[in-house]
Amino acid sequence: MSEHVIREEPVRVPLIYDPRVRSIFFQVLLVALLAMGIWWIVDNTVENLRRSNISTGFAFLRGRAGFDISDRLIDYTSDSSYGRALLVGIANTLAVAAAGIVTATILGFLVGIGRLSQNWLIRKLAMIYVEVFRNIPPLLVILFWYQGVLAVLPNVRDSLSLPLGSYLNNRGFYFPKLVWEPGSGLILAGFVAAVVLSWYVARRARARQMATGERFPVFLTSVCLIIGLPLLGYLVSGMPVSVDYPQKGTFNLSGGTNIKPEFLSLYLALSFYTASFIAEIVRAGIMGVPKGQTEAYSALGMSSNDGLRLVVIPQAMRIIIPPLTSQYLNLTKNSSLAVAIGYPDLYAVGGTILNQTGQAIEVVVIFMTVYLSISILTSLFMNWFNTKMALKER
Amino acid sequence: MQEHDISWVRTEMALAETAPRSQAGLGAWVRKNLFATPFDSVLTIIALLAVASFLPRILDWLFFSAVWTGTDRTACLTTEQGGQLPAGWSGACWPFVSGRFGQFMFGRYPMDERWRVVLTGILFILLLAPLLIPRAPFKKLNAILFFGVFPFVAFLLLVGGAFGLRYVETPLWGGLMVTLVISYVGIVVSLPLGIILALGRRSHMPIVKLLSVIFIETVRGVPLVTVLFMASFMLPLFVPPGTSFDKLLRALIGVALFASAYMAEVVRGGLQAIPKGQYEGADSLGLGYWPKMGLIIMPQALKLVIPGIVNTFIGMFKDTTLVLIISMFDLLGVVKQNISGDPTWATPQTAKTGYIFAAAIFWVFCFGMSRYSQYMERRLDTGHKR
Repeated sequence: MSEHVIREEPVRVPLIYDPRVRSIFFQVLLVALLAMGIWWIVDNTVENLRRSNISTGFAFLRGRAGFDISDRLIDYTSDSSYGRALLVGIANTLAVAAAGIVTATILGFLVGIGRLSQNWLIRKLAMIYVEVFRNIPPLLVILFWYQGVLAVLPNVRDSLSLPLGSYLNNRGFYFPKLVWEPGSGLILAGFVAAVVLSWYVARRARARQMATGERFPVFLTSVCLIIGLPLLGYLVSGMPVSVDYPQKGTFNLSGGTNIKPEFLSLYLALSFYTASFIAEIVRAGIMGVPKGQTEAYSALGMSSNDGLRLVVIPQAMRIIIPPLTSQYLNLTKNSSLAVAIGYPDLYAVGGTILNQTGQAIEVVVIFMTVYLSISILTSLFMNWFNTKMALKER
Repeated sequence: MQEHDISWVRTEMALAETAPRSQAGLGAWVRKNLFATPFDSVLTIIALLAVASFLPRILDWLFFSAVWTGTDRTACLTTEQGGQLPAGWSGACWPFVSGRFGQFMFGRYPMDERWRVVLTGILFILLLAPLLIPRAPFKKLNAILFFGVFPFVAFLLLVGGAFGLRYVETPLWGGLMVTLVISYVGIVVSLPLGIILALGRRSHMPIVKLLSVIFIETVRGVPLVTVLFMASFMLPLFVPPGTSFDKLLRALIGVALFASAYMAEVVRGGLQAIPKGQYEGADSLGLGYWPKMGLIIMPQALKLVIPGIVNTFIGMFKDTTLVLIISMFDLLGVVKQNISGDPTWATPQTAKTGYIFAAAIFWVFCFGMSRYSQYMERRLDTGHKR
C-alpha cells in the first residue's frame, strides 16, 4: 500500500495555481507597469521642461539669490548664492525645531504629570489644556499668535515694558544681551571644568555606592560646581561681562537682542501643540507601569521620591520614548508651516527660489533630502537613547 | 462540643455608622483633592489665582464686552481708532463672523446655487448618522450608499454641468465645504489604499514589499507641505503638455497619498497583532490570499486599530488647513483671507475673533471624532485584548 503511494507521480499543479509562479508573474507585471508609468512621466516632464525653457540640474544653486532674508543665523546678503540661502533656511528650520522640542518636552512632561496629580484642580486644568490644543490645527494656532496676538501689540513707541529691561512690541521681543569682553574665556573654562568634574564625581560616587553602599549627594555637588566654578572665573578675571540693555528710541529699539514675531509665533504654536501630545504620551507611560511596582518599592522601604526616580520613571521612559520620537519628528516637519507667516525656514526660502528659477524638481528633491535626513538622524539618535534606556534583561 | 460560656450573641447586623465628619462631605473632598499636602495647597492656590484672573477676562472678551451687531468695522473700533466704543475697549467682534458666515461656509460659491451644497451636506449627514449609530439597521446598504453612491451624487451636485445644474468651477469653492470635501475624499481613498500598502509591506513578494516600504517611508519622512507642494508644482509637469489639472484635484491627490501612508502604518500595527494561528487557521481551511485577508485577518486587525484609524482621520482633518499654503481657501484660508485682505472689517480685534471662531469649528469636529472613537473602542472591546 505505502509503496504504491511513494511510487505515485507527484501531483502536477497547473502553473497558474503555483504560488511561486504567480508571485513572480505579479511582480514582473508590477515592475513593468511601474516602469511604463515612470517612462511616461519622465517623457512628459522632459517635454514640459523643454517647452518652458527650464534647464535641469543643480547648477542654479551657484546663481545670485537677489532676495533678502531678515531672520538669519549665518552670514547672508542678497548677493549670496541660492545655495547659501538654502543653508540659511536649513539653519532656521533646525533652530525653531530645536527650541520647540525643548519647550514642548518640558511643558508636555509638566502637563502629563499634572493630569495624574491627586489635586483635582490641576488635573482638570491639565485635561482642558490637552483637549483644547490637541483638537485645533497647528496652523491655526500659528496664525492666531501671529495675526491675533503679536501683530496687535503696541508699536515701538508704546512698547510694553517687561521685567529685566526687556520690551515687547509688534516687532518682536527685545531683551538684554550679555556682552562677553576679553578675559571672559575664563568663565567658559570654569564651566567646562565644572562639567568634567561633575561627571567624574558622579562616576566615583557610583563606584563607591556599588562597592560600599554609601551614597554621596551627586546632584547637589554638581549644581554647586556648575554654578560655582564659572562664578569664580567671573570674579577672578575681573567681571568681564556687561549687559547691553535695549534702549527705547523714537522709531526703533537699539541694542540688546530681539526675537522676531515670526519666530516667536511659530515657536509658541509648535511648542503648545506638540506639548499636548507629549502630555498624553507621558500620562500613558506612567500609567503603563503596573501598580505592583509602586507597592514593591514601598515594601522595600524606599521613599516615594526614590521610588519614582529609581523604579517608576525608568520603566515609564521605556514606554514613552518611541512615541516621543515620532512627536519630535512631527514637530520638525510641522516647522514647515513657517511659510504661512513668512518665517524664512527651508520651505519658505525654497519656495522663493522656485518662484524665481522655476526649478521645481530640484527644489522638491532638496526639500525631501533635507527633511528625510533630519528624520533619519533624529530617529537614529532616539533609537540609541531608547536602547540605552531599554530594560537590560539578565 | 463547645464548652464556652456564651452569654450574649448578636443576632442581627449592626447598622453601618455614618462616615466620620472628617471623611465625608464637601470639606473632606476639598481636603483630599485640593489641600492634601502643603505642596498641593500651594499648587491649588496658584491655580485658583490664575483661573480667577484669566477666566473673567476671557469670558468678558468673548461675551460681555463683545460687540454683537454691526455692519462694518466702525462697530468694533474705539474712539481713538475712529469708532464709538470707549478707549481701551477690548472684546470680540462677532458681527465680522455673522457678516462673513456665508463665505466661511461656502467660499465664493454662487449665492443662488448654495442650496446644492446644503443638500449635499444634508445627504451626507443622513447617510452618515445611521452608519455611526450601532443599532440602526441596513448597515451594508447604508455603507454602499455612503462610500459608493454618495461620492458621485455629491460630485454631480457640487460641480454641476449636467441635468440643468450650472457648472461651478472649483476655484469658486471655499470655506468649511472645501475642508469637508478634502477630508471626505481623503478618508474614502486613504483607508483602502492604506490597507493595500500595509498588505504590500507584509507581503512575501520582495519587490512589492520594497516598493511599499519606499513609498510609506518617503511620504512619512517629509512634511505634508512638501507633498502638497509636489502635487501642486510637479503633477502638472508629469502629464502631457496642454492638459490642465484642477487645483483642488491636485490637493486631493496630495492629501490622499499622504494620509494613506500613515494609514498603512496603523493597519500594519493591527496586522502584526494578529496571532500567527489565525493565518494558519485560514490556510488550513483552504482559503486563498484575498478571502483569508478579507474574512479572517482584516476584520480582527481593523477592530484592533480603530483608535489609530480615527486618530489618522483627526490628523488629516487638521492637516486640510495646509492647503492654504498652496493658496486654496478652506475654512482657515477663507478666514485668513477675510482678515488680511478685506478692509471692511479691519480692526485690531478681527483676527482674534475670526481665528477663535475657526478654532471652535475645528475643535468640535475633532473632539467629536475622538469621543466617538473612544465610544466605539469600548463597544467593540470583546475582552480579547491581552
